[in-house]
Amino acid sequence: MGIVIPMAVVTGFWALVGILGPFVVRRGPNQGIIRTMIVMTAVCCWAFWILVYLHQLNPLIGPQIPVKTIRWLGEKWGNTNN
Amino acid sequence: MGSLYRSEEMRFCQLIVEKDAAFSVVAELGKQACVQFKDLNPDVNSFQRIFVRDIRRFDEMERKLRFLESQIQKDGMQIGGRVDDGDYEAMPTAELNQLETTLNDLERDVKNMNESDALLKKNFADLKEWDAVLNKTDEFFAGGVDSEAQEELEEQEELGGGRQAEKAPIQYVVGVIRRERIPAFERVLWRACHHTAYVRASDIEEQLEDPETGDKVNKSVFIVFYKGDRLRSIINKVADGFKAKLFANCPRTSKERQSSVHEVRARIADLQTVIGQTREHRFRVLQAAANNHMAWLKQVNLQKSVYHTLNLFNFDGIGRFFVGECWIPLRDIDNVREALERATEASGSAVRPVLNVLETSDEPPTYNKTNKFTAVFQSIVDSYGVASYLEVNPAPYTIITFPFLFSCMFGDLGHGILMLLAGIYLVVREKNLIARNIKDEIFGMFFGGRYIILLMGLFSIHAGFIYNDMFAKAFNIFGSRWHNPYPNANVSHWIHEEEVAKRDILFEVTGQPHQFFSRSNKPRFTNQYSIALSDWRGHLDPGVAYDTAAGPYPFGVDPVWNVAENRLNFLNSMKMKLSVILGIGQMTFGVILSLQNHRFFKSKIDIFTVFIPQMLFLGCIFMYLCLQIILKWIFFWVKEEVIFGQLYPGSHCAPSLLIGLINMFMLKPREAGFVMNETRVGPNNLLIEKEGCYLTQWYPGQSIIEMILVLIAVICVPIMLFGKPIAFILEQKKHKKAHAENITVHANVLTEETEIIANGNGKAEGGHSSGGGGGAHHGENFGDVMVHQAIHTIEYVLGCVSHTASYLRLWALSLAHAQLSEVLWHMVLSNSFNASHNLAIGGIAIYIVFFIFAVLTFSILVLMEGLSAFLHALRLHWVEFQSKFYLGLGYPFVPFSFKEQLSKVELQAAA
Repeated sequence: MGIVIPMAVVTGFWALVGILGPFVVRRGPNQGIIRTMIVMTAVCCWAFWILVYLHQLNPLIGPQIPVKTIRWLGEKWGNTNN
Repeated sequence: MGSLYRSEEMRFCQLIVEKDAAFSVVAELGKQACVQFKDLNPDVNSFQRIFVRDIRRFDEMERKLRFLESQIQKDGMQIGGRVDDGDYEAMPTAELNQLETTLNDLERDVKNMNESDALLKKNFADLKEWDAVLNKTDEFFAGGVDSEAQEELEEQEELGGGRQAEKAPIQYVVGVIRRERIPAFERVLWRACHHTAYVRASDIEEQLEDPETGDKVNKSVFIVFYKGDRLRSIINKVADGFKAKLFANCPRTSKERQSSVHEVRARIADLQTVIGQTREHRFRVLQAAANNHMAWLKQVNLQKSVYHTLNLFNFDGIGRFFVGECWIPLRDIDNVREALERATEASGSAVRPVLNVLETSDEPPTYNKTNKFTAVFQSIVDSYGVASYLEVNPAPYTIITFPFLFSCMFGDLGHGILMLLAGIYLVVREKNLIARNIKDEIFGMFFGGRYIILLMGLFSIHAGFIYNDMFAKAFNIFGSRWHNPYPNANVSHWIHEEEVAKRDILFEVTGQPHQFFSRSNKPRFTNQYSIALSDWRGHLDPGVAYDTAAGPYPFGVDPVWNVAENRLNFLNSMKMKLSVILGIGQMTFGVILSLQNHRFFKSKIDIFTVFIPQMLFLGCIFMYLCLQIILKWIFFWVKEEVIFGQLYPGSHCAPSLLIGLINMFMLKPREAGFVMNETRVGPNNLLIEKEGCYLTQWYPGQSIIEMILVLIAVICVPIMLFGKPIAFILEQKKHKKAHAENITVHANVLTEETEIIANGNGKAEGGHSSGGGGGAHHGENFGDVMVHQAIHTIEYVLGCVSHTASYLRLWALSLAHAQLSEVLWHMVLSNSFNASHNLAIGGIAIYIVFFIFAVLTFSILVLMEGLSAFLHALRLHWVEFQSKFYLGLGYPFVPFSFKEQLSKVELQAAA
């Protein structure tokens, strides 16, 4: 799948919410508040996701797993191609 | 601005009303709730104020209402309705007087009824006793007690040696005494009368009601036979001592007694009817009072509050006009004028009230217009300190950042769902729950925070997906990126070895064999797949087991970490970096909000000497740290490659950011590059790493760049410290020079007088501020400014470091939460699965254990951890975020409002 697809999908989603969302809000006394809420939600949630994503991009340590679980992993999730 | 981002603009106004119209004006304003009156008579004792008589009148009425309420509740009746029913019309004077008389009458009637009730009860008790006495005496004499007594007494006489030769007639007296006291009574009587009195007692079956206490007591009838009048007085005294009631005029003959009994019975029946009627009457009266009680209470309180407010006014000169001073929000001034119009029409006064806007140097109150959703977030901010007048209000940003930080600490999908459900229930059933008027304080707290709970639940669900944690289990929605790298034969072989050795074999597997210089100059080689019985399990090497082509797990933490033994190593590293970056982000946001304040108050000096140095300091050190973290994430892996022009051999040389930061401050010289040279040695063609290669420069020019950054940061500190005080001194000098230029000397030759005139006219030099910025710093001298600035600078500089570390609580609490969750799973629920060999026993075991699991989950993990995370998120906002821009020295706007008054009354009634 590559790195590009999830990056594009999630970033695109939050960009949609954060940039186009404020224009969808109806006029009224609470328009400012709702716009602020939408933008801040988009920024915070996207930041949360991208930080966790980047941390796993190039992992420096690997998981330490009991041998029986390794066999289960192999059966359930497949072995590596090499 | 007129919105929640800043507090509202206020105007100080003067209200002049005619005396007759004053009451209706204030009542009208009470309905609106936009005016806060200032107390113009602060020195006056509350007993000397103008309207003290009226207030006393209402206090009396309230007292009567309370008395009626206690009587109503004593009879077990319910008072329906609520004090605040939305209608805030004040009663006209005529109806008010009527109410007063009604309350007077009611009080008098109820008191009379109480008295007569007591009297009737007493009579009833007496009659019942008399009835019992008559009956028992009949029994005594029928049973021949008198003859027995006679015999006994004569025996005594003979024993006593026949002192009394005459045959005195035997007399008797009857009485009623409490059953418990009979034995003692008999003994005392025996001894007091020198064994010459004969007592007989018989219990009254029916329990009688004691008129004083209302308790039911057991009594008995006794009859005493004696000879001689002297004994009579002794018996009287003893009976007195035991509180026995003697009935002297008991008829002697049986016939008379019978007729007396009939009489008494008739009187008892009559009395019972009377008592019944009185009770019914009392019930009806109290019921009528109960129906109107709430409405009356509301009226009394409304009127009293109006008079309290009128007490704050001042008489003007002649005494015909009232003058009041008040704060009104700018946008509500027109509403207030309309209210005044309405009030004057209603009161029929000819003179219209006047509303003048005044200038004042008092600080206005802070007014933030909130609705039911934003009110709770505003109250969170206000709990720490009410915003200063017209400064930036952090509440609208808190609406999202608070639940977000909470969710970083609480991130569990299952618990988030529980919280969301609770929040949805409270919000959807809002109207119903308000109408039920539940007085429980803890429920009130949770209900008041229903929107917060809802938002926290939503964000926790998102965080649960990202941490991939639901009741300590993980989902594998997109396919894990870690696979088994070993051939199946090897794996089967290891499992067989484990079974043979009968314990878990742990072995070390390293992927990238490497070599480095050690002190002893002996190169170290490690082989792949060497089996040594040491304390490792299968350690999957990222270079081999991680699917780079597919990229990381698309949304959240990879599920393989849930089954890994070293998951905490990985998660700790991730959460710590997450916390630091989020924390620095929020602090930067806070500093930018302070820029908004500086721009609004038009103080350029603040922007140049405070904001820019702050941003530079934060940027050079902490944003550089964040940048380093992100670059390390993107560029450094376990494979050998060329990064930023330097040959990087593998994960042993991944730069250590923490020690790097410390070395940056210590300006320690660092080598460049990770490897000695390009040569490769050994059977695996390995590069020779430098010792301490994780401390070397990892991009070219790093030492120089870091030195510059540290220099900039250090220079910012004295700018922050001395910038404003120096500007202040320069201002003062300019001031003095301007004044010096304006001073002219007038000399009058004829009268030989001289005058020194400043400012070109005869005015004395006032304290006018002509300074450009910092409008509030009139009366300060240099010392104040210097100290203020020093405190501010030290707080900021030290705060940057300590607050960044403080944000690590995001990591700490989420770790604690995850571990508690795991404990509950492993120790509680999965044990019940292990017991499921037998279906029946297993079924029952799971049923019981699930109950325990659910109770512990809800009480510990949701409630306790929820409150804990709530508290820490609150602290992060109050201290770490708001210290960057918030002053919080204002006082809240408390308008005169009927709604507020009545809700206070309701609270008191509940207490």
